[in-house]
Amino acid sequence: MKRREFLTIPAHTLGGSLWYSLAGRPSLVSAQQKELRVPLRFFTAVEAQVVTAACDRIFPSDENGPGAKEAAVIIYIDRQLAGPYGRDKYRYTKGPWRESVPEHGNQRPASPRETYRQGLALLGASFADQTAEEQDRRLQAIERTDFFQLLRTQTIEGMFCDPLHGGNAGMIGWQLIGFPGPVMTHHGQSANGSKRPAPRSLEQITGRRVKGWEDEA
Amino acid sequence: MHWGGVETWHGRRSLLTLKKVDVVIAGGGWTGLATAKEITTRTALEVVVLERGAARSVSEYSANMDEVDYSIRMRMLQNIAEETLTHRHTIRDTAAPVRQWGHARIGTGTGGGGEHWAGVANRYPADTFVLATALRERFGTAKLPEHLSVQDWAFTWNDIEPYYTRVEEMMGIGGKAGNIQGRKIEGGNIFEGPRSKEYPVGPHRKTGGMAQFETAARQLGYHPYNRPAATLPFDYKNPDGIQRPACAYCGYCAMYGCMIGSKAQPTNLLMPILRRRKSFTLRNGCWVRRIKHQNGRAEGVVYMDSQGQEVFQPADLVVAGAFTPNNVRLLLMSKIGVPYDPLTGQGTLGKNFTHQLSGGADLQLIHKQPMGEGMRAGGQGMSVSDFDGFNGIENETGILRGGTFTGGGGGSGLPIASFGAMPAGAAPRNWGSQWKKATLEYHDRIAGAPTFEAEHLAYKHNYLDLDPTYTDKWGDPLLRTTIDWTEHEQRVRAFAARVSAKMAREMAAVSGAKVIEGGGRGAGRRTGRYQTSAYATSHLHGGAIMGDSPANSVVNSYLQHWHLSNLWVVGASAFPQAGATNPTITSLSITLRACDALINRYLKHPGALA
Repeated sequence: MKRREFLTIPAHTLGGSLWYSLAGRPSLVSAQQKELRVPLRFFTAVEAQVVTAACDRIFPSDENGPGAKEAAVIIYIDRQLAGPYGRDKYRYTKGPWRESVPEHGNQRPASPRETYRQGLALLGASFADQTAEEQDRRLQAIERTDFFQLLRTQTIEGMFCDPLHGGNAGMIGWQLIGFPGPVMTHHGQSANGSKRPAPRSLEQITGRRVKGWEDEA
Repeated sequence: MHWGGVETWHGRRSLLTLKKVDVVIAGGGWTGLATAKEITTRTALEVVVLERGAARSVSEYSANMDEVDYSIRMRMLQNIAEETLTHRHTIRDTAAPVRQWGHARIGTGTGGGGEHWAGVANRYPADTFVLATALRERFGTAKLPEHLSVQDWAFTWNDIEPYYTRVEEMMGIGGKAGNIQGRKIEGGNIFEGPRSKEYPVGPHRKTGGMAQFETAARQLGYHPYNRPAATLPFDYKNPDGIQRPACAYCGYCAMYGCMIGSKAQPTNLLMPILRRRKSFTLRNGCWVRRIKHQNGRAEGVVYMDSQGQEVFQPADLVVAGAFTPNNVRLLLMSKIGVPYDPLTGQGTLGKNFTHQLSGGADLQLIHKQPMGEGMRAGGQGMSVSDFDGFNGIENETGILRGGTFTGGGGGSGLPIASFGAMPAGAAPRNWGSQWKKATLEYHDRIAGAPTFEAEHLAYKHNYLDLDPTYTDKWGDPLLRTTIDWTEHEQRVRAFAARVSAKMAREMAAVSGAKVIEGGGRGAGRRTGRYQTSAYATSHLHGGAIMGDSPANSVVNSYLQHWHLSNLWVVGASAFPQAGATNPTITSLSITLRACDALINRYLKHPGALA
């Protein structure tokens, strides 16, 4: 049996409440201090650190607000890849596999899991320890690969998904763009004021646990 | 359970034959269930509907307001791993399977695509139904492209108008009439065919973007109207006594089942009636593979049930009520009719396959402030029909038909889909700190130019047949689509881009927005060739078309098969070519017309109608 891998995340970097100054500058307030040990479903701990570092360069934590780290984007991606999507259960995978014209899109057999493993090999295990400048340089070099395109897409998904999927921790992504969650009223968004209305997740609204597709066999 | 390979068809397990029923219907979406409703409420016949997907109900939809599972993983759709389409541009090419959902989206489960649709509910322009005649009269046969394959619909506006009215009243379409019995009404679509009465429900409220489009269109001398929608603008009780609430503008509409039942769906309009009928049975998880037939009569259907058991359901009457490509594929696999051959022009099954032409200008409107209108109802928008059909194209050379422009609608306001837009060139690349700064700064401030939707004319070289290589999960051949855009579509698109840009600039003048070239629709459309990799519309039509003779069509105007009088093939597979806008209410209208003929005439005197 595969040894269980964990990712350790300092809890104070996750989620929290986003406050806006009158000048519109965001700042993050967090109550939690301890460390979280999150069991990984697909990545090894080392892989998870590499992906975390890469996501952080795609959607960085900076003076414009929190980024992929605070939203726990890595947890979102790990769960997606562990689930049926990662195994290509919802893609037509019968052969013959043939390259075709560009209008036919991706005709390559690699599943999302395989695409990540190929991309991680390109980045190397030391990626997480490099400087931001070096990381950017290396990501730019692979910008056109299927892996990078997928990583960028899933970083955005993990930033702004419903928290039931593991990303958007503390609904930090929704706070960042003023999205109220799946609510049944007209979305009258206001960019002014020091604090936007707190968003609500699907579980908070329905009052029951909602299972994502990645949790089904 | 997986029973791959054609050997299952020849009976690795024995075929289970059920007791004969009066009517069996393949497909539990809008057309299949509407047919079941008409028959079970108006006759004593016993009806069985076979639906390959799972049971669905309105009550489960409240837990489905999740963008990842429904907009991105597309959980309401047919599992593409099990069955898809293949595509090639010409008969000289080798087709490739559509491996992940792209250009069109095919639903599954009770209600089919009628659950996840957006609810756009335009009627087609009146001359749509006599298009071949209209084109000949206007241009002369000699001036029409030789490869054109456009046909008339085998009925006219006056035949279909009462059914449009019935569908609108059943669904509670919200809109404003522009032509009641020939009287033109400002504020409605004055170019529409004469309606017998006003819409049953008033139109949606106008968002800021819709109001800007309306003002700009008026200033350009056009006639904007509030687009009709099946997402109720107000509470409504339909003639069947079904009460539904007004839309809450939650934004989870296309790709979702409506969690409050405001959007017209088979599960809230047809299933509540059908569930009470003892003569109605719905079997989910049942995948129809063949229509059995002998000596010019359909004998029933053969399907795989949810346990992997192969079942024969005999019936006196068989209705193919699946989604367009699935209807055509079922006929091809059942060897009913002669497959169309584009080289000789012989055969009718598979011919006149059409999609929908769409376009718009490749530019962005950058607003000073967030627009604050991310959450819209499906179908909500303002349109102009000043360029529909033959309108407004007098001075355009080489354009046979125009189309409809819509603004202030479309576009998802959900957080993942709406994130990431920035003015072209605002950051060096589409990731990293500068991109993040720009996308946050411009979030909810960028609008596209008005969109364009138009008829896709039928051509001799665009058709459907069975793929020689790729198979579905049972080992049956996939449906192969052979289709490409012609020079005509390129010209219409270029024309549409010009008009769309003109309207966008006027909207910018109205709102004070800045216009930036690039980054809008059409960006990335490198070649202008038909593509399956990016979403266009799910409006697929034809392949089992209606006509006035078995020489040019598969079914008659009542959607009865020309050769098997007890087989009816309902829905948009019968459209001789695409109409100007979304097909749902037209598809349902011709199906209700078919049901009237079936019940009032065929059942009394079985045999060919025509």
